[in-house]
Amino acid sequence: MVAKFKGQYGTGLESWTYLGQNYLIVDRALIPDILMLLRDGEQFDYCVDLTAAHYPTREKQFEVIWILYSFERNERVRVKTSIAEGDSIPTAVGIWPTANWLEREVYDMFGIQFAGHPDMKRILLPDGWKGHPLRKDYGILQQDQEWVQINLGIESGQ
Amino acid sequence: MNDPITHSLSHLDLNTKDETFLDSNELIINMGPQHPATHGVLRVILKLDGEKVLGTECVIGYLHRGVEKIAEHRTYTMFNPYVDRMDYVAAVSNGLGYCQAVETLMNVEAPPRAKYIRVILTELNRLASHQLWLGTHALDIGAITPLFYTFRDREEILKIFEKYCGARLTTHAFRIGGCLYETYDGFEREVKKFLTFVAPKIDEYEELLTTNRIWVERTRGVGYISAEDCIALGVTGPVLRASGVRWDLRKAQPYAAYSDFDFDIPIGENGDTYDRYLVRMAEMRQSLRIIQQAVDGIPEGPIMAKIPKVIKPPVGEIYHSIEAPKGELGYFIVSDGSTQPYRLRVRPPSFINLQALDQMVKGQMIADVVAVIGTLDIVLGEVDR
Repeated sequence: MVAKFKGQYGTGLESWTYLGQNYLIVDRALIPDILMLLRDGEQFDYCVDLTAAHYPTREKQFEVIWILYSFERNERVRVKTSIAEGDSIPTAVGIWPTANWLEREVYDMFGIQFAGHPDMKRILLPDGWKGHPLRKDYGILQQDQEWVQINLGIESGQ
Repeated sequence: MNDPITHSLSHLDLNTKDETFLDSNELIINMGPQHPATHGVLRVILKLDGEKVLGTECVIGYLHRGVEKIAEHRTYTMFNPYVDRMDYVAAVSNGLGYCQAVETLMNVEAPPRAKYIRVILTELNRLASHQLWLGTHALDIGAITPLFYTFRDREEILKIFEKYCGARLTTHAFRIGGCLYETYDGFEREVKKFLTFVAPKIDEYEELLTTNRIWVERTRGVGYISAEDCIALGVTGPVLRASGVRWDLRKAQPYAAYSDFDFDIPIGENGDTYDRYLVRMAEMRQSLRIIQQAVDGIPEGPIMAKIPKVIKPPVGEIYHSIEAPKGELGYFIVSDGSTQPYRLRVRPPSFINLQALDQMVKGQMIADVVAVIGTLDIVLGEVDR
């Protein structure tokens, strides 16, 4: 599978295995094509999860991760790509409808925009929330201060 | 003639879309967040035409506690009890998933005896979770008796948990590397006694509901979802199986000691609320089978693998998932080699299954929304984390 992809896309793609789990590191530009190919050509019809991780010291701060599963092959694969602050990623809602809420959650928690998403807004936090909590520069006590004081009218609980 | 009211009335036409709100055919109402049938704080905005549901929008997050952020500020050991607070009716499954995920990351394996204890407790928990689901689901639809029956029998499971680890709901039963507690004296005997006690009780639940005319009318054909839609929406667990997909992580990618046991994966055909009910009832019986085999075959030996006192997994990342009572529960952990996870992501089955609600209730009656929320078996603590 990887060899086939490499032949098609060349250097934009690398494959790794860690503790028996496979993952692909893909250039951001190739993301929609690769995801489409994985679903249609390789039968990864189930998008298990979509998440991200923040690495503030890297040049491209965010890593977006798709976890895919194929019922046919009983196999998992992870697709990862790195993006910089302010970059957006094409949405996967058209490929797996399950990505809808998952992308909203990634936006809510990391502030990563998914271009073409039908309803890009916060999902777990209130609409007026400032900042994106799962970024590393967002302190664990920060949420307790401003929003709570303004909206609930009480002093911080901690 | 420019009076706006007369102007709009002269154009009164029920077939075109109304802009004046004077003769609106569509009604938008809120269900929740405080509603007895939403099983917690779930707000569903319903767009209705009479009693027919045209569309829904779920508003969630009322119980958001930032579990993933907390994980980054706790050591691997300290975070272990937190996972119990997500799906609090199936805390043992959450703990199992987390412990196994960290074990995978550290490349260690729990000893066989620990695995058997884990299977027994996890399956007991699956049974307890399904009992709670059945009681509340039937209550939502209008049958009040099953609630008393199931809670009476679930109590026996909670007693076993309490005797084993001191807690009833948020058990924190397992530790990374195995189990902390050896089974108490008479554990096997009590579990066996429970099995013979509960098997006829499950028949009793079925007697109340399976052929009950009201139950069948309220559930058959309600909240239909096809296997293709389930897969596209990432729906897992009994909901997926009731649509006819024979897929269970315990069989597909066995973990703990599940490969040692002989059990079936019950599936449905129609993908409606009634089939989901039948699948979960059959799953309860399969759980009993697994527990019976595990108790009979429980090996002697240590219950804790050799792991260091301070848990420092090597740099790397893994995804590990288990079949929780509600579906695939996964943990994605990134380690930077320190004592705290760099990033910990939980793949919650309730959150993703809830996304299918819109698809399942479109075109149905408003009373069916209650039935569908019940049949999805969501726990808001897990949806919001």
